[in-house]
Amino acid sequence: MDLIKTLNTRDLCESAKNGGCGECQTSCQSACKTSCGIANQECENKTGK
Amino acid sequence: MVHQYKLGGYNIVLDSCSGSVHVVDEAAYDMIAMHKELPREEIVSIILNKYSHRPELTETEILSCLDQISALEQAGKLFTPDAFEPMAGAFKARSGGVIKALCLHVAHTCNLSCSYCFASQGKFHGERALMSYEVGRRALDFLVENSGSRRNLEVDFFGGEPLMNWDVVKKLVKYARSIEAEYGKNFRFTLTTNGMLIDDDVIDFCNREMSNVVLSLDGRKEVNDRFRVDYAGNGSYDTIVPKFQKFVKARQGRQYYMRGTFTHHNPDFLNDIKAMLDLGFTELSMEPVVCPPDDPSALTESDRKIVMEQYEQLAQLMLQRQKEGQPFTFYHYMLDLEGGPCIYKRISGCGSGTEYMAVTPWGDLYPCHQFVGDENYKLGNIFDGVTNTAIQEEFRSCSVYSRPECADCWAKLYCSGGCAANAYHASGSIRGVYEPGCELFRKRMECAIMLKAAQDELKS
Repeated sequence: MDLIKTLNTRDLCESAKNGGCGECQTSCQSACKTSCGIANQECENKTGK
Repeated sequence: MVHQYKLGGYNIVLDSCSGSVHVVDEAAYDMIAMHKELPREEIVSIILNKYSHRPELTETEILSCLDQISALEQAGKLFTPDAFEPMAGAFKARSGGVIKALCLHVAHTCNLSCSYCFASQGKFHGERALMSYEVGRRALDFLVENSGSRRNLEVDFFGGEPLMNWDVVKKLVKYARSIEAEYGKNFRFTLTTNGMLIDDDVIDFCNREMSNVVLSLDGRKEVNDRFRVDYAGNGSYDTIVPKFQKFVKARQGRQYYMRGTFTHHNPDFLNDIKAMLDLGFTELSMEPVVCPPDDPSALTESDRKIVMEQYEQLAQLMLQRQKEGQPFTFYHYMLDLEGGPCIYKRISGCGSGTEYMAVTPWGDLYPCHQFVGDENYKLGNIFDGVTNTAIQEEFRSCSVYSRPECADCWAKLYCSGGCAANAYHASGSIRGVYEPGCELFRKRMECAIMLKAAQDELKS
């Protein structure tokens, strides 16, 4: 009986090793302009994930 | 840090620091809650007693589940400690003086007079003005000069109403395209508009050149026309809706958002979402109003209770529509669990004042569009660069760890410390927090993650 199902997610600890390229959207500016969170944004590093 | 909650029939366990999401049985939910507090034998006893109506949940099963919990901890997917603080300054330090996004205030004037506008009807508490081509061109050069090795540069045409300076917008895009190859840059343009001046030329040009357009509509006609009126007091709905419909249809799948604001007068904003769906729009964003707490439009405590329920109902509506083959997007529920931002981005937060600045029609620089007009936050100008380095350093030092209130918040790696402007307006400091906004943000993340759990179930 499986009582725990883990969804596939990006491992944030692992992302410390190859993240930080800085190409991603920098603020809410091209979207809602008031209240978005960083988690809404996309990672631009298609090779380093 | 672990956050557990129940929503939409799902028991969800978030491991904040690894980003892991676990969808669990009710008994496992209880076991995870007790795992760090009680010895195994005691947990077994409690679970056997509480779930005596479930004969399949034997001692062996419970011990097996506890082993699974321990294995997840060992694998760095549960009870992961927060070890990121030493990295907090690295991202912004690494970016140095690089600027990669500008908000060009091409028109400090507007053809609507919305009383809830944070930009005071486009004037930003100053004089009406249009940006000249020369100032805009210098702003683009300034961006390229300060962008270092960054390839993707974002430029937003904002106002006021940017279509009131449309010829300059078109000329600036043409100029930017003419220098992209020479400097190895890729400009991404965005336009935010109230829709009043949309015509075929705007539609054709934007669909060729703008990677995103943000179209302002508050939903139901009576809601939209309460605030979004012209200077004679006439509602804008009947003018803008057909234009928006034509624009979106012609966009043929390119990115856009219908962006509305909800206030004290429509905390039942789900009805506005439904109104937008009825009009054929599927990329939607409804945002809580940003205004002082004593403003008549400000959300009250009782409004926020309604809004929290609306967020849950919205998630259910999205799921229902997805099952019916009529999905729609709500901007604030967009989460890419497998490919979202890296930890550097998550702990350093918004790039306002460092990587991102707003430019006034005169070429003055501010940390972001929400600070424009506040002389204390003027950073410099596009001709002389950033001269108010003290203010810039204040922004550079902001991270998710610079706000004590965020220390124990499970959502800190989703919001990254939140909006500096909201914090400033609420607390007087960009290192403060805007707690009413935090409360709504946490709710949105809970709903967004619950949606992911439900969508995962639909797939399997």
